[in-house]
Amino acid sequence: MKIHEFQAKELLKKFGVPVQDGVAIKDLSEFDSAIAGLQSRGINQYVVKSQIHAGGRGKGKLYNPLNGNELVLEGGVKFTTSAEKAKEYASKMLGNLLITHQTGPEGKIVKTLFITEGLDYKKELYLGILLDRAVSKNVIMASTEGGVEIEKVAAETPEKILKVWVEPAVGLQGFQARELAFGLGLEGAAFKSFVGFIQKLYKAYEATDSSLLEINPLIVTNDDRIVALDAKMNFDDNALYRHPEISAYRDLDEEEPLEIEASKHNLNYIKLDGNVGCMVNGAGLAMATMDIIKLAGGEPANFLDVGGSANKETVANGFKIILADPNVKAVLINIFGGIVRCDRVAQGVIDAVKEVHVAVPVVIRLEGTNAELAKEMLENSGLNFEVAMTLHDAAHKVTSVLQMESVA
Amino acid sequence: MSILLDKKTRVVVQGITGGEGSYHTRQMIEYGTNVVAGVTPGKGSQKFEDTNIPIFNTLTEAVKETKADASAIFVPPAFAADAILEAASSGIKLIVCITEGIPARDMVTVYNSIKGKDVRLIGPNCPGIISPGKAKIGIMPGFIHKQGKIGVVSRSGTLTYEAVKQLTDLGIGQSTCVGIGGDPVIGSRFIDVIKLFNEDAGTEGVIMIGEIGGSAEEEAATFIKKNVKKPVVGFIAGRTAPPGRRMGHAGAIISGGKGTAAEKMEAMRKAGIHVVESPAEIGSTMKKALDKIKNQKVVKSKKTVASKKPVKKIVKKSAPVKNAVKKSKKK
Repeated sequence: MKIHEFQAKELLKKFGVPVQDGVAIKDLSEFDSAIAGLQSRGINQYVVKSQIHAGGRGKGKLYNPLNGNELVLEGGVKFTTSAEKAKEYASKMLGNLLITHQTGPEGKIVKTLFITEGLDYKKELYLGILLDRAVSKNVIMASTEGGVEIEKVAAETPEKILKVWVEPAVGLQGFQARELAFGLGLEGAAFKSFVGFIQKLYKAYEATDSSLLEINPLIVTNDDRIVALDAKMNFDDNALYRHPEISAYRDLDEEEPLEIEASKHNLNYIKLDGNVGCMVNGAGLAMATMDIIKLAGGEPANFLDVGGSANKETVANGFKIILADPNVKAVLINIFGGIVRCDRVAQGVIDAVKEVHVAVPVVIRLEGTNAELAKEMLENSGLNFEVAMTLHDAAHKVTSVLQMESVA
Repeated sequence: MSILLDKKTRVVVQGITGGEGSYHTRQMIEYGTNVVAGVTPGKGSQKFEDTNIPIFNTLTEAVKETKADASAIFVPPAFAADAILEAASSGIKLIVCITEGIPARDMVTVYNSIKGKDVRLIGPNCPGIISPGKAKIGIMPGFIHKQGKIGVVSRSGTLTYEAVKQLTDLGIGQSTCVGIGGDPVIGSRFIDVIKLFNEDAGTEGVIMIGEIGGSAEEEAATFIKKNVKKPVVGFIAGRTAPPGRRMGHAGAIISGGKGTAAEKMEAMRKAGIHVVESPAEIGSTMKKALDKIKNQKVVKSKKTVASKKPVKKIVKKSAPVKNAVKKSKKK
């Protein structure tokens, strides 16, 4: 699960991590009191930050969707010393479309702003914590090359990324924190500040079951404090059950509506841009089925894992979600029955198709116990199914269905 | 032959009285697995359904009383890490954890705590292990398998069944099939299982089925290039998956541009692995690889047969020369 910058900072503050602080607003009417709050703390320079679940905000552009996508502002993060100017930026960001290199051309509507203090700093650093799968330990990565994309640093100057691996039994040690601080060339008060910072940050990462915690940039202020200027946190979905406070940060506006609908029915669905919908049991087979669609000349319209029990209800819900996508020209159902009996799955599919109006051709392949019986049932159902016995056969049938569609 | 598991393996089921646990225990027994005990805290001294299989409160007790040496874990995700550690501390040598949805933080602790100990963990979030015709620990449908000489190792569940069915339909049996699991932190990786297949005299070829995410396939490819002479057929699921999205399995995610299917397939091809583009061709590609070896063997043996005759002739012809040499030596 992903959360916004302002939410990540709120969480980090609870662990004593110094962050660039501010106030989140959802409406321009909240702006004046937000600024007044900052001013009362002696703050006289401000940053207006668009809150969307995508990076590259600073270099992004804002467009007005109500006015033919007219360009209204360059930069989704703006610094100013003037409260009036800050308000103008806020008005140009809220409700408008922010397109960054990570959002894709469709962009994201900005629904929340984070109005923060503006800090003067002399250095930008990078700090990231994540699971290193190669050794099954968490790794802390630090670099003097802050404020730029870390993937770029990793590709071009990998020697500029420092790494320490945390032994889970003992946790992050003082010597490791010092190793990073020295490696970053920090001295005096900044050195001391960093050592404390990283220990608190690691604690926050572990305690929240984070899967990625990235501070980019991490700054050394002019008075030698270490502060998180930005904060990105992702969480392990498997651990959300023990963090209701983090689950509450979920922002449905940032998610695909069909994916939200699918999750209500315990279906694992991811929307894609293609023309062939698919419904499969098992994640690996679902990915493989998407690959088959591509090889057959189509493009997968989705990933959909219906899990172990492909009954009438799950299949019907699956159809509803797949067919809600207008790009879908055909559907491929691929269920490996195994312990689930194919005749039961077939009955589920037949009932579901009768219940949900399915106007596109359906290629269906059931394998496992009673597959022959299932084939007979589907063929005798009077419904428009293309029944395939093997994966190979299924791929061919998808190709021929697509060719017929393009002719029609 | 098989690896890890056979008819003699003494299996204890952790979570034997749960819905999943009891269902799959019945299936395992029916397949021929030697299930000797079950564990459910608080249900000690009961028997498993209408069998004579005893249930214990703790795994230590179960191991002491029944000499179980392998465990199957069917407990819910919140308690699974504890169950793995319990198994590891009670002398179990092979732990198969089926449970899906264990937090990564728990698995990091578990993995590093059992690393270096004399215990092997398969999974979590996996279908388990089957040595066809002998025994299974897990949830895979037994009937699609056929006893034979191909080892299968995979991060997936149903996709593994797909590959196995293709092999069986072509008359190619399997020595052992191991589902290593779809999570980012797993007990055994491709390389660990492929090492076992490589050493097993009863395994003549290996199928590895990978997915996007991580670098375990690349790691295995390097090992295969150096050490494995048996034919290896590989497939990577998720060529059409978008980056940054978790494709069902927690471990199936392309992050920071790393772990793509294209990268993995390239590394595998360079290692001499027969990489298939389509998952429909896993079985047929293995058949071709096996046929090629068979033909090479036939050609080889034909050559030796053919070359033997001229050798004999040469020997006959050279006989006088030999004598000549002997004569000269005498001189």
